[in-house]
Amino acid sequence: MLIRFENVTKRFGSFIAVDDVSLDIEAGEFFSLLGPSGCGKTTLLRMLAGLETPTEGRILIDGVDMVGVPPNRRPVNMVFQSYAVFPHMNVAQNVAYGLKIDRVPRPEREARVADALALVKLSEFAHRRPDQLSGGQRQRVALARALVKRPKVLLLDEPLSALDAKLRDAMRGELAQIQRDVGVTFVMVTHDQDEALAMASRCALMNRGTLQQVATPGDLYEYPANRFVADFIGTINLFEGTLSVDAPDHAAVTTPALDAPIHVDHGVTGATDAKVWVGVRPEKIAMTPASGLRPTGPAAMPQANVTHGTIMTSAYLGAVTFYDVATTGGTMIKVSAPNGTRSANPALPTGTAVWLHWAPDAPIVLLG
Amino acid sequence: MAPFGKKRESGPLDYAGRWSLRLWVAGVMLFLYLPLASLILFSFNDSRRTIRWEGFTFDWYGKLANDDALISAFTNSLTIAAISTLFSVVLGAMSAIALWRFRFPGKGLFDGMITLPIVVPEICMGVAMLVFFGTIMPWPRDLVWPLDLGAIAIAHITFSFPFVTVVVRARLASFNREMEEAARDLGAGELRALWDVLLPHVRPALISGALLAFTLSLDDFVITFFTAGPNTVTFPVKIYSMVRFSVTPEVNAASTVLMAITVAMTLLGMKLQGADIARSEAP
Repeated sequence: MLIRFENVTKRFGSFIAVDDVSLDIEAGEFFSLLGPSGCGKTTLLRMLAGLETPTEGRILIDGVDMVGVPPNRRPVNMVFQSYAVFPHMNVAQNVAYGLKIDRVPRPEREARVADALALVKLSEFAHRRPDQLSGGQRQRVALARALVKRPKVLLLDEPLSALDAKLRDAMRGELAQIQRDVGVTFVMVTHDQDEALAMASRCALMNRGTLQQVATPGDLYEYPANRFVADFIGTINLFEGTLSVDAPDHAAVTTPALDAPIHVDHGVTGATDAKVWVGVRPEKIAMTPASGLRPTGPAAMPQANVTHGTIMTSAYLGAVTFYDVATTGGTMIKVSAPNGTRSANPALPTGTAVWLHWAPDAPIVLLG
Repeated sequence: MAPFGKKRESGPLDYAGRWSLRLWVAGVMLFLYLPLASLILFSFNDSRRTIRWEGFTFDWYGKLANDDALISAFTNSLTIAAISTLFSVVLGAMSAIALWRFRFPGKGLFDGMITLPIVVPEICMGVAMLVFFGTIMPWPRDLVWPLDLGAIAIAHITFSFPFVTVVVRARLASFNREMEEAARDLGAGELRALWDVLLPHVRPALISGALLAFTLSLDDFVITFFTAGPNTVTFPVKIYSMVRFSVTPEVNAASTVLMAITVAMTLLGMKLQGADIARSEAP
């Protein structure tokens, strides 16, 4: 592995910003540190850059212990949140700055600057001053300036947060493309889960200084490790309940929130009668008018995974419509449905009585 | 849209168009500049008496150029101003950076004390300097020029450098720390990062601070008066001693020269500063 955090803790006075984090990042990954603001993700990144020193633990890059190594002697470079493009230098001078410090001979320096500017599509802007550039262009300067040093790791601190929505979408794809082209390991900090899911090959989700889960975007969404992860990534309906059946190939949870049990097609390692949480994602819930037949649940337990409710509100978002459905017992369930046809949108008006049901592989059983 | 010949409607914020305000501005201008204008005018007056205009002449300036005592006072003033400016900028910038950047014991006290020379009445500073150089640290007499100006230069540095500190600190407040971190990240050592990134940012403040220090030193009378010896007379002190006999057009000419230098310095500084700020205004 390229980067290893070993039991890293960072305290600012009595505040624990990073709490005993151990994490490995492989070479060539596009790794994302994700979490709400104040979760310690930026501190972790800054420790990797050498801008903060861990209170405890070790950080290794390519097997070399980095504690005590100043930022200017680390094989990493960073794209700062404010881009930090030097205002008194033009674009080419900004990109050449790091090479100049390294005393790269002039012909090579100029060639590398030209390559880096071409990579970020700023070749025609080489002699512009930063105050003549847009926010997106300034970010490209920061990116070229960091990549031109050929770091082992490129660090990105909220790289897209200052851009407007359209540009953000374009840059998302472009950053991922650049990462594939140059093959440098990227470590990106973001609070935006869409950004992390769309770009990263792996994500670490953090909360209050601790690692919650390290997984691929797909696993983070479909197989969250705990309630925090399930709730932070995407939208989810969470029900507290008791494990009533726990066989090797199926399990069932009874919950006061629903009048029918929840059936899953796998065993849960917890003992029967254990308190558990069950999550069901809105898009995995099917909705049919209550005038129709009651849908049947799984063969092993036909009464399970079905409930009856009334649509309270709906939000039409173009591609999908979000519904809030109240069950007879008063529980609110979020359901989303794709708008597959152009006519009759939103498909179901407020006040409609509906059946909600889901497949046995939809519920996520969470022990913590 | 507006029909021809119709008077343009004045907007709610077009204060400059109101006659009452124009009159007021004219009054202020007169009040501010009439004394200075008359000073300059009578330096060209072809008469020993200053109150009546007798004709135009450059004689008084010619006389200035041949007055050795005045020339030596003028050289002293420029030398002291140059020394004081150099030390004030270095000291002032360093204390501004220290106050902005670091936490250290006694910081609050230092912060409060540093502006003291700005608010303490000049006469008190003058007396304090007199006592200081009289008893605690007597400046050796009969040193060769320009070492004999040391006492005055030290006094000038004392009251000038806090102004530089104030100006530089104000500029530092708008510095983005990520700039410095970016320089470090790109390979610069601590000092190199300060030199490459922080210094260009504060340069406009250094220029205006230097300008302040230079003009403060050049035209200081009170504090200099208490620290000057018989052989270390400065330009303002010399003018004062000339006035004690009588106000001649020669005094007018000397004052005009001093004023011209100050104005020229200010214009130069503003020009340098303007170019610098325009370049560093990008976020």
